[in-house]
Amino acid sequence: MTRDPSRLLYAKSHEWADISEDSEGKVATIGISSFAIEQLTDLVYMDLPTSGKKVQAGEEFGEVESVKAVSPLYSPVSGEIIEVHSDLPENLDGLKDDPYDFGWIIKVRISGVGDIDGLMDHAAYQRQCSEEGG
Amino acid sequence: MRNTQSTRLIFEMSRPGRRAHRLPPIDVPPIDIEGADDAALGDDGASAVRRLFEPSQLAESPPALPELAEGDVVRHFVNLSTLNMSVDTHFYPLGSCTMKYNPKRNERIASLPGFAHVHPLQDESTIQGLLAVLYELQEMFAEISGLPGVSLQPAAGAHGELTALMVAAAHFRSIGQNRDVVLTADSAHGTNPASAAMVGYETRTVKSQANGMVDVQDLKAKLDDRVAVFMLTNPNTLGLFDSQILEITRCVHDQGALIYLDGANMNAILGITRPGDFGADLMHYNPHKTFSGPHGGGGPGAGPICVRDFLAKYLPQPIVVRDGDRYRLQADGSDSIGRVRSFFGNVGVLVRAYCYIRTYGGEGLRRVSEDAVLGANYLLSRVKHILDVPHGDRCMHEFVASASKLKKARGLTAMDLAKRILDYGFHAPTVYFPLVVDEAVMVEPTETESKETLDAFAEALFRITEESAAMVHEAPHTTRISRPDDVAAARRPIVRWEPGAPN
Amino acid sequence: MTGYLFHTDEDRRAMLAAIGAESVQQILDAQVPADVQLRRTLRIGDATDELTLESEMRSQAAKNASLGSHICFMGGGAYDHFIPAVVDELAGRGEFYTSYTPYQAEVSQGNLQVMFEYETLVTQLTGLAVSNASLYDGGSAAVEAVLMAIAAGKGRTRVITSSAVHPHYRQTLATYLENLDASCVTVPLDATGTSTAVIDAIDGDTACVLIQHPNFLGRLEDVRAIADAAHAAGALVVHVFDPVSLGLLKRPADLGADIAVAEGQSLGSPLAYGGPYLGMMACREELIRRLPGRIAGQTIDRRGKRCWVLTLQTREQHIRRDKATSNICSNQALLALRATIHLSLLGPEGLRETATHCALKTDYARRRFAQSDRFELVHEQAVFKEFVVRDRENDVRGWMSLATEQGILAGVPLEPWYPELSDCFLVAVTEKRTKAEIDRLVALEHAAAAV
Repeated sequence: MTRDPSRLLYAKSHEWADISEDSEGKVATIGISSFAIEQLTDLVYMDLPTSGKKVQAGEEFGEVESVKAVSPLYSPVSGEIIEVHSDLPENLDGLKDDPYDFGWIIKVRISGVGDIDGLMDHAAYQRQCSEEGG
Repeated sequence: MRNTQSTRLIFEMSRPGRRAHRLPPIDVPPIDIEGADDAALGDDGASAVRRLFEPSQLAESPPALPELAEGDVVRHFVNLSTLNMSVDTHFYPLGSCTMKYNPKRNERIASLPGFAHVHPLQDESTIQGLLAVLYELQEMFAEISGLPGVSLQPAAGAHGELTALMVAAAHFRSIGQNRDVVLTADSAHGTNPASAAMVGYETRTVKSQANGMVDVQDLKAKLDDRVAVFMLTNPNTLGLFDSQILEITRCVHDQGALIYLDGANMNAILGITRPGDFGADLMHYNPHKTFSGPHGGGGPGAGPICVRDFLAKYLPQPIVVRDGDRYRLQADGSDSIGRVRSFFGNVGVLVRAYCYIRTYGGEGLRRVSEDAVLGANYLLSRVKHILDVPHGDRCMHEFVASASKLKKARGLTAMDLAKRILDYGFHAPTVYFPLVVDEAVMVEPTETESKETLDAFAEALFRITEESAAMVHEAPHTTRISRPDDVAAARRPIVRWEPGAPN
Repeated sequence: MTGYLFHTDEDRRAMLAAIGAESVQQILDAQVPADVQLRRTLRIGDATDELTLESEMRSQAAKNASLGSHICFMGGGAYDHFIPAVVDELAGRGEFYTSYTPYQAEVSQGNLQVMFEYETLVTQLTGLAVSNASLYDGGSAAVEAVLMAIAAGKGRTRVITSSAVHPHYRQTLATYLENLDASCVTVPLDATGTSTAVIDAIDGDTACVLIQHPNFLGRLEDVRAIADAAHAAGALVVHVFDPVSLGLLKRPADLGADIAVAEGQSLGSPLAYGGPYLGMMACREELIRRLPGRIAGQTIDRRGKRCWVLTLQTREQHIRRDKATSNICSNQALLALRATIHLSLLGPEGLRETATHCALKTDYARRRFAQSDRFELVHEQAVFKEFVVRDRENDVRGWMSLATEQGILAGVPLEPWYPELSDCFLVAVTEKRTKAEIDRLVALEHAAAAV
């Protein structure tokens, strides 16, 4: 079940979204990109929401901290959080080593239809990263 | 020879039955032998105590504090003290912290019983000498700032900021204006936005220009009738006096907003210019910086504030006032925001500040700032040949260099420089602040350092840039510990000792 | 020039030459606009040499009644407890008191280890899991605790407190809450001087109950019952405690407190007319990321050696700015050092002994006041080291001023804060007081007649 970064969608704020479909509609699995993790340096703490919470696209749903910085996590889509990777805060090295599979953070049942249109594909996201990284 | 036992914790040194402190026998008679004045308590009062309290209130045993002999305690803390760098032992050019010499005479004066051992609720008639000192200090702070209303109550600079913003909020409430935004500079200390949030304000950030001054266009764009206060640091955190100061204060006042001056950098301008004269409406001092109160390893400080006349009625109370040759505490103003802490203020710190100001007098204080500016500019003239100094050839009392080029060329960061300079026997400059300078190295020499010390510091900095990268990355080499693992500390916080913990 | 400057005229010339400036004034003129420069000398007097200054300050100090001249029965949140000589000697070392916040851990292990030891001592005292490295004072610590509870309360905005909490702490809380979306309800004292009425005031919107035990009037509260009621309603309990009382009384955690705060002046700091003092704060483990102020933690260095650092700094203002847990930056490290030394000297038995002296001497003083003609006790029930006395002649100020003339600071009048107790005052008896001093205090009941 290896997730291929090149087939994911990305938000400007460095979250990735993997859109899948089940009987009830579309679900986005959300994480943060390896580029973002590298920029944050050593992660020390993560604050996650509880499932059942509603989020809007662009809204903060949690936080990740390094020793000297705090970065908010923004949801790329609107909907209801249906699952939270609650083991993740205890396994931050796992997040660093494997951000796209082990490192998933939340799953959101998408309510808004148009949200996904605003997200970047992998190529566009890579261009953004190379601009920021330079 | 360093005593390696000194880093055992007091809890690890503890041995059951050791004791350093013992009181005389209890000389009052217990309840059931009233009248028998000389009766001794056979069991250290334990049974008498049990008769005074409900069993549900009493602990079965006292807290499990460590048990030590007096000699243990003395050797332990003396040895720990030797693991610190301090102003008494080292050059401490920590930018924005004004680590100047802390006069010993002020310590002796502040410890006189008439200052150090006075109860905070004593009647004002019993503390006329102390109130005279505090009254004069209020007057001095007003004169130095050019702002006549003074409160000595706030406990630290950040507390002064908070108090001043509460004063501003009370003012706007009283004139019926609903302003809910505070502007802060992007180069400002983090306390500015944090204080604003604690008074319920939304914060907006005003940008700096490339030359470090306030971007007045951006300020104007962010000013509207929702803005209550612009919090300004001048000289700013880059050590530069903003030459547009009158334009800045004018356009803020034109919008009906107030100017708050963060007085962290007052050491640059004593007797040279006054916040009240350049348009500030409220400000705080850091007497533990500017007026030489010792920092105590992180405190105590004090955060007295000064305000314009029309804001004085909102200040916290009490305030010392003079009636002829008597002094009294005024606390009857109905417009006052109220208290911001218990009792009068950090009087011990204030008495030291008073002694410092008296020692220099008016001409001397100006000389203090002139020498602080001279020292900083001299060090800048030497450091600019070693590191990039992005904001020009001149500064006030401090300057900010950047290790950015060194990082690109040799992989050496501001943090590496800071750690390696410790090996040369100097405390590190402030690094990574202000946030607007990449790889910032912020140097504040103060007026109480000699030219020889400044030369030696510049020489050490130069030698470090010539050293092998490996040598610098691994620094410090001569301190008791090497670089600590901050990541492990934050991931699994160990914030107390527990019995049986490995050492 | 008196003062602490270094540069000789020759130094100044050499430094200006290196800078490439003619004078300091020229450097200033290039930066400070001419129309804001001060063209006169500050009117704060002339320079004063050390001998003159000390002599003047000694004469100002001598005008004040102090522990050096008077026997002190005053309390109300600041107490005349004994300070062993070791505390002054060690805390007076320049390596401690002239250092800064330990941001460079490698050259601050002394201060950091002291902070870690202090935090551990506070957890031992309170029974709670974590402590910060200090706040400004008891009053602002109480307010910070309430703000913490409101933040943890996820939308709850009510704070319940009682008149039996220190009036300055309540006033400080009111000042802070004025600009925030929260309100405070203060319940009145009951007949025995305690706060049982807070239980009925707790509701579903209550973020926390702020309670002091032993309270401002010296009385013991039923913290356990209040905590049970608060917890049942989903509210937190902020307990203002007296560190000395913990030599005898149950610890805040054992009574159900979620956050415990105290004025730590009693632990080795001088009265100093109100400051600098020591704000102590401890809380349950799960609230650690809401703690304001600095925290020292244990870690290892690159060679695996145990050491200490400032940790969890992302809570603080220099990183999180407007979203920080508090704006606090400077704390009271030197006073925390004093408390650490003080508690190291006392140990468990010394703390128990100190608390026992306070309790028994207070009880003796109460019996003497009860036997007097002029005075009566307002509350018969248990107190720790402080209690309320009524003056049947209703001349508290007059009597106090007479006592001051006799060399005794007799107590704290309650009239400024408690209209119903306007003929009453608060008497505090610490371990320093002797039977003879207590007898002298009560014997002053007749002194008024002698004038």
